[in-house]
Amino acid sequence: MSDLIPIYHIWRRELIRFSRSKSRILGSLGMPFFFLAIIGTGLGSVVTVANGSYLDFMAPGILAMVVLFGSIFSGVLVIMDRQFGFLKETMVAPVSRTSIVIGKALGGATTAVIQGMLMLGIAMLLGAHIEMADILPAIALMFMVSVMFVSIGIAIASTMEDMHGFQLVMNFLVMPMFFLSGALFPLNTAPEPIRWLSYIDPMTYVVEALRYLLVGYSTMPIGMSSGILGIFLVLSVLLATWLFNRIES
Amino acid sequence: MGLAAKRTENGNAIETDGLTKKFGTLIAVDDVSLKIAKGEIFGLLGPNGAGKTTLISMLVTMRRPTSGHATVNGHDIQKEAAGVRESIGIVFQDPSLDEELTAYENLELHAAMYKMDRKEAERRISEVIKMVELEDRLHHVVKTFSGGMRRRLEIARGLLHCPDVLFLDEPTIGLDPQTRQHIWSYIKRMQEEHGITIVITTHYMDEADLLCDRVAIIDHGKIIALDRNSALKDSLGGDILAIETPCSDKLREAFGKLEWVGEAKCHDGRLTLRVTKGEQRIPKLMEIARKKGIEVSSVSLHKPTLDDVFLYYTGKTIREEEASPNESLRARVASMRRSG
Repeated sequence: MSDLIPIYHIWRRELIRFSRSKSRILGSLGMPFFFLAIIGTGLGSVVTVANGSYLDFMAPGILAMVVLFGSIFSGVLVIMDRQFGFLKETMVAPVSRTSIVIGKALGGATTAVIQGMLMLGIAMLLGAHIEMADILPAIALMFMVSVMFVSIGIAIASTMEDMHGFQLVMNFLVMPMFFLSGALFPLNTAPEPIRWLSYIDPMTYVVEALRYLLVGYSTMPIGMSSGILGIFLVLSVLLATWLFNRIES
Repeated sequence: MGLAAKRTENGNAIETDGLTKKFGTLIAVDDVSLKIAKGEIFGLLGPNGAGKTTLISMLVTMRRPTSGHATVNGHDIQKEAAGVRESIGIVFQDPSLDEELTAYENLELHAAMYKMDRKEAERRISEVIKMVELEDRLHHVVKTFSGGMRRRLEIARGLLHCPDVLFLDEPTIGLDPQTRQHIWSYIKRMQEEHGITIVITTHYMDEADLLCDRVAIIDHGKIIALDRNSALKDSLGGDILAIETPCSDKLREAFGKLEWVGEAKCHDGRLTLRVTKGEQRIPKLMEIARKKGIEVSSVSLHKPTLDDVFLYYTGKTIREEEASPNESLRARVASMRRSG
């Protein structure tokens, strides 16, 4: 593949941009921090889930949230590239669009995982019981799901003209994905309709897998959640590549 | 081998044949056929919305033509898009830099995407950045650059990978006169030193006049005139001499007999003549006037400009075209998109 060097540079661009926007890093951790610090500890005094503390139950879910928001945002940044014209520069370069999608997905995923790792540190500081040995597999999983979510972001961005639609995506796609995932409450005791909807939500499997890896609790085997995520990953990358290839700027 | 041989014997950098682009019912580029020779500076001149940018965007493989064919540097724009992309550089009408990156990082990314060798890239970066006189800003974030500096950086970037054909879409739009002069001199130098074929779109007549070897006047998506600048101007029938005199009628009678005087008209105490090589004819004309004892208070010579050419072929000045906002292609396309 002769596009390895361009892919590397597109990946690096995402990292440089990320490292230059301190407010984006800080902003991305604000809401999850308050969720965990206030709701997590507040509800924790009255609720125990699966024989563990609510904070332990919630921490993997909040981690998944950070990865979800960070990744989708990275993907949707394609719209900014279009608005500021940089997209044209990449579109006329002798690099395949598929390579551009790969570079962007890997770059966006890397930045999302960095945010996830920061959140992991915060969760541990707040008192979540997480073993050091479990961190590495969790990071690997976060990277995989980040690639998936960035791809979904790129797919959405490829069909949008400007940033106006971003709020719509946040409120009607990303937030429901998060709330339905069982990040905040156990799904096995949830009402039937919510449980059914949660099965088509990729976030559900992210939360299940992360919870299994970090606190050893899950309602489904890790093989099943990670397998389903694998399928979602392939589908979302294909969708992103297909839609991105169709852009006529 | 076969392809390479074909490319060398074919002296044209760009050939288009019946190139057409429609957006719904709107014909943005209408059956354009032209040939641009290697090493020439070719101007596409027309008002905003005439279809210049759409034509360019097809040639640089950003848009697919509705019908027709074109080759750039011997590569078919539809079947060999990769070959086209490798041999061209583009400076877009709208900014296309990453503002969050430094000038160096923008150039480095460009070099990587054009698969330039690392060492070669370093060498070219320092070369082009010197050419556009931005060495001292190399490691500054582009966000801090002025409009003119960004433009210069974009030109540097367009040249970084030594393209055979450079497309400049309105390279000096919105820039101050001094920066425009600068950019014109880079463009001239690139052609002279590197023999690059340059295609410029512009709605500035002076720019086309100063830079281009040949010009195509494009209006409503069609090419309505295409020739060397001087030939286009000559096609109008020569220079205009305006002579101020109290006895304009008498003078017209005297001058009208001369075979090298074209049209002669009187109005408001002024006589206007169409003559070729006006500056050489003035002494002779004055001599005739003196012999007839006709007093002449002033003579002015007006060389035809591309403005006059545009007026001649379209019946409108370029300003008038721009004054009617409904004509603007962007506005038309945007309104079509909105209405679905």
